[in-house]
Amino acid sequence: MPDTAFWAVCLVVVPLFFAIICFVRSSLVAVLGPMAAWLNAFAALGMTFSFVHSGPIRYAIGGWQAPLGINFSIDGLSVLLIAMTAVTGLAVSMYAIGYFSLRIGSAREISRHEHQRAYFWPLWLLLWAALNGLFLSADLFNIYVTLEITGLSAVVLTALSGKAAARLAAMRYLLVSLLGSCSYLFGVALLYRTYGTLDMTVLSRLISPAPLMWVSLALLTTGLLLKTALFPLHFWLPPAHANALAPVSAILSGLVVKASLYLMLRLWGDVFAPVLPLSAYVLPGALGCGAVLWGAGQALLQKRLKMLVAYSTVAQLGYMFIALPLIRLDAGSSAWEAVIFLIMSHACAKSAMFMAAGSIFLKAGHDRIDDLDGIKEVLPVTSFAFVVAGVSLMGFPPSGGFIGKWLLLGVSLSSGQWWWGIMLVIGSLLAACYVYRVACHLLVFKAPFYSRREFIPPVMEWSALLLAVLAMILGLFAGYPLGLLEAGGPFPAQACLEVMP
Amino acid sequence: MNWGGLLLVMILLSSLVPGLIIFALPERSNRPRTFLNLGGAVLKLLLILLMIIGIYQGRHFEVRWQLLPGIELALNSDPLAALFSTLSTVLWLLTTLYAVGYLEQSPNRRQFFGYFSICVTVTVGIALAGNLITFLLFYELLTLTTYPLVIHRGTKEALAAGRVYLVYTMSGGAVLLVAVAWLQVLAGPVEFGRAPFLASVAAEHEGQLIVLFFMFIAGMGVKAALVPLHGWLPRAMVAPAPVSALLHAVAVVKAGVFGIIRIVHDVYGIQYAAGLNLLLPLSILASLSIVYGSLCALREDDLKKRLAYSTVSQLAYIVLGVSVAGPMAAIGGLVHLVHQGLMKITLFFCAGNLAETLGVHRISEMNGIARRMPLTMAAFSIGALGMIGFPPMAGFISKWYLGMGALAAGKMWVVAILAVSTLLNAAYLLPILIGAWFKPQDCTWPEQGVTARLETRWMLLVPPLVTAFLVVAVGLLANAQISPLAWVKLIVGMEYGP
Repeated sequence: MPDTAFWAVCLVVVPLFFAIICFVRSSLVAVLGPMAAWLNAFAALGMTFSFVHSGPIRYAIGGWQAPLGINFSIDGLSVLLIAMTAVTGLAVSMYAIGYFSLRIGSAREISRHEHQRAYFWPLWLLLWAALNGLFLSADLFNIYVTLEITGLSAVVLTALSGKAAARLAAMRYLLVSLLGSCSYLFGVALLYRTYGTLDMTVLSRLISPAPLMWVSLALLTTGLLLKTALFPLHFWLPPAHANALAPVSAILSGLVVKASLYLMLRLWGDVFAPVLPLSAYVLPGALGCGAVLWGAGQALLQKRLKMLVAYSTVAQLGYMFIALPLIRLDAGSSAWEAVIFLIMSHACAKSAMFMAAGSIFLKAGHDRIDDLDGIKEVLPVTSFAFVVAGVSLMGFPPSGGFIGKWLLLGVSLSSGQWWWGIMLVIGSLLAACYVYRVACHLLVFKAPFYSRREFIPPVMEWSALLLAVLAMILGLFAGYPLGLLEAGGPFPAQACLEVMP
Repeated sequence: MNWGGLLLVMILLSSLVPGLIIFALPERSNRPRTFLNLGGAVLKLLLILLMIIGIYQGRHFEVRWQLLPGIELALNSDPLAALFSTLSTVLWLLTTLYAVGYLEQSPNRRQFFGYFSICVTVTVGIALAGNLITFLLFYELLTLTTYPLVIHRGTKEALAAGRVYLVYTMSGGAVLLVAVAWLQVLAGPVEFGRAPFLASVAAEHEGQLIVLFFMFIAGMGVKAALVPLHGWLPRAMVAPAPVSALLHAVAVVKAGVFGIIRIVHDVYGIQYAAGLNLLLPLSILASLSIVYGSLCALREDDLKKRLAYSTVSQLAYIVLGVSVAGPMAAIGGLVHLVHQGLMKITLFFCAGNLAETLGVHRISEMNGIARRMPLTMAAFSIGALGMIGFPPMAGFISKWYLGMGALAAGKMWVVAILAVSTLLNAAYLLPILIGAWFKPQDCTWPEQGVTARLETRWMLLVPPLVTAFLVVAVGLLANAQISPLAWVKLIVGMEYGP
């Protein structure tokens, strides 16, 4: 039976291979793209099983060791994020099949759709390969490469819709992404200069307070925060996410921002944790609070559905940064578990929301929130999916978001820094407000609803609902992913033990 | 999973599954929908009966599902849970029948009955919750599942009422969440039915426990419509009559009061709460709600609004009974949980009948109405007289035990409150009865064109008659072994010891 390493290599090679084929033979994308998505999901499943069986591993590809070769380090966190990417990615892929098969509007528009499809699949598979590579890589330079590929393909995907607003947003995104990568690369170079290694596990042992270390940490953090769009560096995110094509928005909001967030967690929660004082964590925490308030406030003011959903991402990302100080404070591993739950549940819920919003846009011909009364008569499943996803963003039990919120609340109350917990509760009340703004239009009965005649393929409706329901019931099965995390052993539990004085 | 646990899960599934299927059915398929609804309700009732028989035989049902260490979902069948779940299930069956008749012609029934079923699942979940987290889970879900019912009509007023409802209940839910998490940090997971729970927590946390108590009361008080957190209840009257019945008798307000009982009895324990001097503020709050609710009811001419304010007042009886801290008063309070439900649902069914058949919404239009709809008004009168506390009806039993309990605890002022409240009850309910039975008709009713051999459709008529019968029956047969009173005595006996 193939081992974990085999599946890990598959997870990078398969999408990469299919991306290239799709790129050169664009007539085959309709078949190859979905096929690659299924293969990817299968490989992720294979890796999860083999991981449960044999535990965490380090693997040097082709037997080449660190300075020359590429090293994979696979622990519980990697596996969970790979699985999250696979599930969300598969659902988005199914949605994309329906989305690009629509025949809407004039001949010119249809040919544009064909064109978009020909580029969507190779770019999305490339992005997927990069994400998988990022979650698997053991050292910071490889991560830089994957981060760069992720960023670039995300930018091109954003521009794919071809509208002027999307092109502008993509341009801005490109600049931000490059700036972030540059900053990150400088940070990596300084680290290499100081410690002579970029392997995260080794670094976390070597790390010591030194001036260059601080500079490098600042550079790394700035780069990552730019890419994660943490308030107040979030300015590029809402237009980019809101103007992209629906499946692209789902990918960007659900998965792409998680890449840099993951890295942020690795660096602040693990690699640099031994030397960072508690006070340093107040900064990301405070920015997170700002993001929660600002993102939710802006979401409340938006007139358009996709903008509202995009600002909600800004707010939700804030949540995950509030968790950082709590990870530092927590003696056990529940803050880690919490943040992983928040990430997974947000990936599912937010992708579902963007997918639903995309279907609504296609059917209604617009996405003005106030004019959506009665849409549930023509898109019942989609409307329901949006509401369910919204409820799980609010952190209602039994969603994964609730588990995350509950654990963080517990940590914050028991550690005495209760204000973080209160902020989380305020954040979920604000989320309730903006979800309500949409939900009250989606739930209300009003016949007849004017809509375009286009038929939305069921696969688009149901893939969104499936993801939303998954986010909602994630909490009921919380034991399994966390079991994975603990089976993986070394990462969070031990890292935190080392941190403890 | 053991068989007993399976029974509890089945009790939940018996309304959840029909609810989900109803969502999947097309709008037009009325017969399958009605069949599912009533079938689910009857099945649930049978399962509950099975559970009660089991409890009588001394068996204990429990099922647990661990989410994480420290977060465990648990369903439990202690007598208090059985009391509330039986009440909800019986009333749900009647309300479903009523709703089928009530919404016969209206659009969007699929959504209505889907949420209706899920709503009852959640309510019974609240009843059976075996620990505080499970309670919180269902309590929050109840907010979500009742909202679509409140805004069912889709009008501007309905949406506005829905917004107010959400603002109140969501804020309450957030306070409750913090309180539950805080208590868990202090004392570990809180299990119900193993009182006194907090006595084991060290005394150094006393200050925090006092703050927590009031957070709990605030969180639950929203749904229980304690003054000053009652603002959503009168507004929610725009919802269709079956929903009002659900809000006032079966689910929402009952969930809040039930939560308060759980907090006082199972989390803090009567002795401990009394020792911290927490119960006096609670009984003052309850007394305020009793008097204020009645005064507001006096002012209203809209029938449903008057009934809504009356709910504010009547619910506070339950809280008062629990907070007086004596076994007799606790019996009065707990038994009122059932009695109030029966009486109030009768009144709302009747109000719905008047609106649906004759288009009558205001009390000033009700003169002489008993001649047109004698059966409905007979049921209404029984409910109203019960509310006032005429023997031998249900309300009399509650008030009798409350009064005796207050005397036994040496709290004369509670007796005074009860007397004033009874006078006020009479003042806002008796004029309706007098007008309806003895005054001549003085305005024309905009008949809604209901054609039936009886005074209205049988589906609308049977439920209030049954509940009115029950109002008399539980009063007359209060000493029978199967009456709610007997059951409540059992519960209180466990709480206060032999």
